Amino acid sequence: MLELALKGDKKYWGLVIALLTLSGVGFAVYLKQLDFGLGITGMSRDVSWGFYIAQFTFLVGVAAGGVMVVLPKYLHDYKAFGRITILGEFLAISAVTMCLLFIIVDLGQPMRILNVLLYPSPGSVLFWDMIVLNVYLLLNIVIGWNVLEAERNNVHYVSWVKPLIIISIIWAPAIHTVTAYLYCGLPGRGFWLTAILAPRFLASAFASGPALLILLCLIIRRFTKFDPGREQIQSLAKIVTYAIIINVFFFLCEVFVVFYSRIPSHMSHLQYLFVGLHGHGALVPWMWTAMAFMVTSIVLLVIPAARKHEGVLAFACAILFIGAWIDKGMGMISGGFVPNPLHHVTEYMPTLPEILITLGVWATGFLILTILFKVAVGVKEEVSGVKDTCESC
Amino acid sequence: MENSRRSFLKVAGITALGLGTKPVLDVFAASGGHGAEPKPEVSKNEKALTAKRWGMVIDTRKFHSKADLEPMIEACHKIHNVPKLTEPRHEIMWLWEDEYKHVFTHIEHELINDRIKHLPFLVLCNHCEKPSCVRVCPTKATFQRDDGIVLMDFHRCIGCRFCMAACPYGSRSFNFRDPRPFIKEQNKEFPTRMKGVVEKCNFCAERLAVGKMPACVEASNGAMTAGDLEDPGSEVRELLRTNYTIRRKPDLGAGPSVYYIV
Amino acid sequence: MNDKNKIIFGLIIFIAIVTFPFLYNLGRASTVPEPKLSEKAKAAKECIKPKEDMKQEHMQILDLWRDTVVRDANRVYKTSKGKTFNMSLSTGEDSCTGCHENKAEFCDKCHNYALVDPYCWDCHIAPEEKKPEEKK
Repeated sequence: MLELALKGDKKYWGLVIALLTLSGVGFAVYLKQLDFGLGITGMSRDVSWGFYIAQFTFLVGVAAGGVMVVLPKYLHDYKAFGRITILGEFLAISAVTMCLLFIIVDLGQPMRILNVLLYPSPGSVLFWDMIVLNVYLLLNIVIGWNVLEAERNNVHYVSWVKPLIIISIIWAPAIHTVTAYLYCGLPGRGFWLTAILAPRFLASAFASGPALLILLCLIIRRFTKFDPGREQIQSLAKIVTYAIIINVFFFLCEVFVVFYSRIPSHMSHLQYLFVGLHGHGALVPWMWTAMAFMVTSIVLLVIPAARKHEGVLAFACAILFIGAWIDKGMGMISGGFVPNPLHHVTEYMPTLPEILITLGVWATGFLILTILFKVAVGVKEEVSGVKDTCESC
Repeated sequence: MENSRRSFLKVAGITALGLGTKPVLDVFAASGGHGAEPKPEVSKNEKALTAKRWGMVIDTRKFHSKADLEPMIEACHKIHNVPKLTEPRHEIMWLWEDEYKHVFTHIEHELINDRIKHLPFLVLCNHCEKPSCVRVCPTKATFQRDDGIVLMDFHRCIGCRFCMAACPYGSRSFNFRDPRPFIKEQNKEFPTRMKGVVEKCNFCAERLAVGKMPACVEASNGAMTAGDLEDPGSEVRELLRTNYTIRRKPDLGAGPSVYYIV
Repeated sequence: MNDKNKIIFGLIIFIAIVTFPFLYNLGRASTVPEPKLSEKAKAAKECIKPKEDMKQEHMQILDLWRDTVVRDANRVYKTSKGKTFNMSLSTGEDSCTGCHENKAEFCDKCHNYALVDPYCWDCHIAPEEKKPEEKK
């Protein structure tokens, strides 16, 4: 099936080359990081995890979010989603790949990564995270490929794939739960030390993952002969709506607990993020932007007339995705480290090399996504009998 | 025909079996043959200082200014080749000083007496009884010895920095770059670290092993005492019995082994 | 048959890649170097194990030792002949480099030849190279 990715028009190849270039630049900067050490990033003794781990956390959510098209199809027999489950699975593949890459670029000694397997430590959540992520990646590759190939050959997929699909549906929330457990079980980090963290992660995942999927569906419809379908997009939009509302609700629950109890070690992090602490407030504008974006998207999404308008829907999904990204990708990780355990404020901002490496990983992920979606769309076009009429082929 | 093939396979099989077991037999032969010679052994140094659970008591009454703490910090950092980095973000500290309100965040208050308010306190790894850094390490690169000391195995650390997030005392530092250019005088008796690994106070495990007390204790003129927390007759227990002591963030339940007399 | 040129081109690339290591090293073959013992090591006559064993196993021994020392806190090694050593690569008189104090001649020579680059010396401080005239 991979040969379908080798035939495309100029726009397709332009995109591929652009992504390749970006990931090449990222890789070159990564070589520099390998040589110098993580000192080329903005991370510090106090903020010891930064942009990389934040992207990782956010993308685990996107990967888990892919299950929101798989679950209704296989557990509730919602047939309409049958058209786009493959997109959810392929999105998960590329997102998990990015997660793994972000873990690798964050390591101080990446050459020793196999120590995690050589000295397995079941007491460490990171050990389990490594397992659940790799299994989820494998599950989606096997399921996605088999189901798509069956569709191409106009047969039903082999029977052993079904149990794998059921497992993958359970597995999706598991990957994000385990990822939340990385943070919420640490003593002395008041910002993360809350049972709502895993549910909140899931809610934000089930909003941002499907929101991205909606945007991708709209792009696919515009640039290819395959239409993911209006009903499908609208159903996804409803999922996004509820998930983002629950996400904001969970956040407000946390805000209530923290500020009504007034326990300083829990309060200081939220203060730092939203109003600044001891004169430091680099993230304040970002966090309010995130909140504004998420609330605006809720307003747009709950009004049926607005949601049904695809232009408005696309706008709502875009700001929701950006809002959730700022919230999780910028605030969630460095917010937990500021102030530090000794109540000193050391601020964190990613450096240019760090941003370039991050972009490189995103580009690699989107390259995989582009190729996989190209294959998926190619199969869909074949099956529906639409002949590709572009001149360049 | 059938018969000869069968017998051929039999012979071949037995031969293969024989060849396969040869290395095993060799080992038996070797161990039997040299039975008279004793096997090499590994052991601790006879002079090594041991304890059931190491702990430390710091008598802060004997300190008055930052200058009083310098000799200990200096001794520790010099002996362990701790680099002095110019960029504050990349700082590496095993033993350092900070104010009461930062060290004892759980019991600080505005109206504390003047002496305590302005007194610098020594801060180091607490060698917790239930260390969260050990719990989270995905490679067991940081581990707890039977004698309670929490150590780093720099050979094994992958630099994921999970331990730094887990430590509620901020005791850990990461080598954001090659530390060597920032070590003024290298102590050849102790390795340096390389970029990409986490480090922290090791309770001078290498000194205890040869019968010496931790460097800071030695340099403290009796203000710091190390000893066995589980031995009722030890000096640290005597100090704990006769003085009021506090620990950092005891409410977290990690069980820090460093006690402060205030 | 239209792809004849493509196939030949591909084959050439394939052969070039496969034979690259051989072509690259063509004419560079050098004799296997023999590590040189320091005066001190010569005088000591024996290491913790016979020479041949050390040649073959020193990396496993060092790997085992670092665990034994760091994790089990056992730092003294008694050989089968009853001699004791400090189980350390680089610290003290009776450590590895306490005796083998000529890293360049003893370690690097073979490691360079075999193109292995152990990261021991990123942390462990190599013994200072003594110039011949300094030795008595």
